[in-house]
Amino acid sequence: MDFVQILITVLIMAVFGLVLGLLAALASKFLSVKKDERIDLIVAELPKANCGGCGYAGCESYAQAIVTAGAPVNKCPVGGDAVAAAVAKIMGVESEKTVRMRAQVLCSGTTSLANRKYNYAGLEDCLSVAKLGNGPKECPYGCIGLGTCVKACQFGAIKVENGVAVVEYEKCHACGMCVSACPQKLITLLPFDTEIWVGCRSHDKGPVVRNLCKVGCIGCGICAKNCPTGAITVAESVAQIDYDKCINCGTCVEKCPRKIIWSGKVQMSAGDTIANEPAAEPIERRRRQNTEDRSSEQQ
Amino acid sequence: MLNLLVVSINAILIENFVLVKFLGCCPFLGVSKKSETALGMGLAVVFTMTIASAMTWLFNEFILKPFDLEYLQTIAFIAIIATLVQIIEMFLQKSIPSLYSALGIYLPLITTNCAVLGVALLNINNEYDFITSVVYGFSAGVGFLVAILLLSAIRERIAYSDIPKPFRGFPIVLIAAALLSISFMGFQGLKLPF
Repeated sequence: MDFVQILITVLIMAVFGLVLGLLAALASKFLSVKKDERIDLIVAELPKANCGGCGYAGCESYAQAIVTAGAPVNKCPVGGDAVAAAVAKIMGVESEKTVRMRAQVLCSGTTSLANRKYNYAGLEDCLSVAKLGNGPKECPYGCIGLGTCVKACQFGAIKVENGVAVVEYEKCHACGMCVSACPQKLITLLPFDTEIWVGCRSHDKGPVVRNLCKVGCIGCGICAKNCPTGAITVAESVAQIDYDKCINCGTCVEKCPRKIIWSGKVQMSAGDTIANEPAAEPIERRRRQNTEDRSSEQQ
Repeated sequence: MLNLLVVSINAILIENFVLVKFLGCCPFLGVSKKSETALGMGLAVVFTMTIASAMTWLFNEFILKPFDLEYLQTIAFIAIIATLVQIIEMFLQKSIPSLYSALGIYLPLITTNCAVLGVALLNINNEYDFITSVVYGFSAGVGFLVAILLLSAIRERIAYSDIPKPFRGFPIVLIAAALLSISFMGFQGLKLPF
């Protein structure tokens, strides 16, 4: 092979590349699609978590919806007010104030408080266990505690403690992925500043709840009677708080005979302290003994 | 006509591009986590392979052959396929936005895929005519689509299985792909009237 041959090849490829490049350049000129530059600007402002909390597939499609379909600018739960204001500035509209929310798991039935139906060994996934008699706890409404919500959360804000999922409020961006992931529908979004919440979702009648769990709401209605603003209603045997009326006074927390209304930023594991109080009745102690025997037999 | 059928069955089953020829393994393993994305990737490959085999065949026949430049096949085909896909992508974005969003990011991803280049070179090596080349390219793409869909279905199925710890994640995918490949090797026994 001589030198000229190589030179010719290089030349041919150079010309060839030039032609192809020109072709591509021409194509991009004639076939280009006009894209609203505001979309790129908005994408730059959004947090790019792509969590779907706004209701769109990701940050890019939300930006597109803002520009083309006139979607509201304050839908991003991760960015909050700062992002809403920045996006509003790009779009030239006024932004409404957003209320920061947080996820809350409405179950207090930790391992020592809720009685168990069976010991589960299998897929580590709440959904599949929920099909087996609504989970291993006797209470059919309780948290299964296998962490399907933990996997759904991309901010690492949820962990399972003592058999109940717990949200770390500071890390929570209220995207709502855990809410839709939970097969028991136990997770709800509350206003971030709310101090008071009812840690139970059991719709069973009082006597039934007493048999299943040491802390479940029995629907006695004492909280509703004592609430100064009438924010609490008892519907289907469980107390519910209307957060528009609640003034965080804490009366219900004191009055609740089951200690199921939580106050402050108390984490779920605090519920275990109640179990260790001497108030445990003999029959419940016996049942706990039984479960311990059973688990030791298995080992 | 029968000839075309033989070529196409050959490309889909007997000499499946991924499972027998081991071309295009990167997207095969990389984009097969979900059936949805696997379908998108597979369709993009079918699309690109068909058009690439047509264009490279024409280019080879009317430009490389007359000037005795066939030794430039490999490098020229890479450039052609890359440019072609770019132009097609722009064209789709302008005129068929629905197809553009369906193929999405997969179209530019496969511009330099070895399966696409492989089909172009095999067309020339096998001395196929134009129609056969296009059919071969299309069938090779379908073969890829079948393989990636099968693997994604397997991956979705084993996602929740109780796999021994050392095999979790990628190792079990490689094992599944290998078993799939072995089973496709079984088609070698298929005798087609050539």
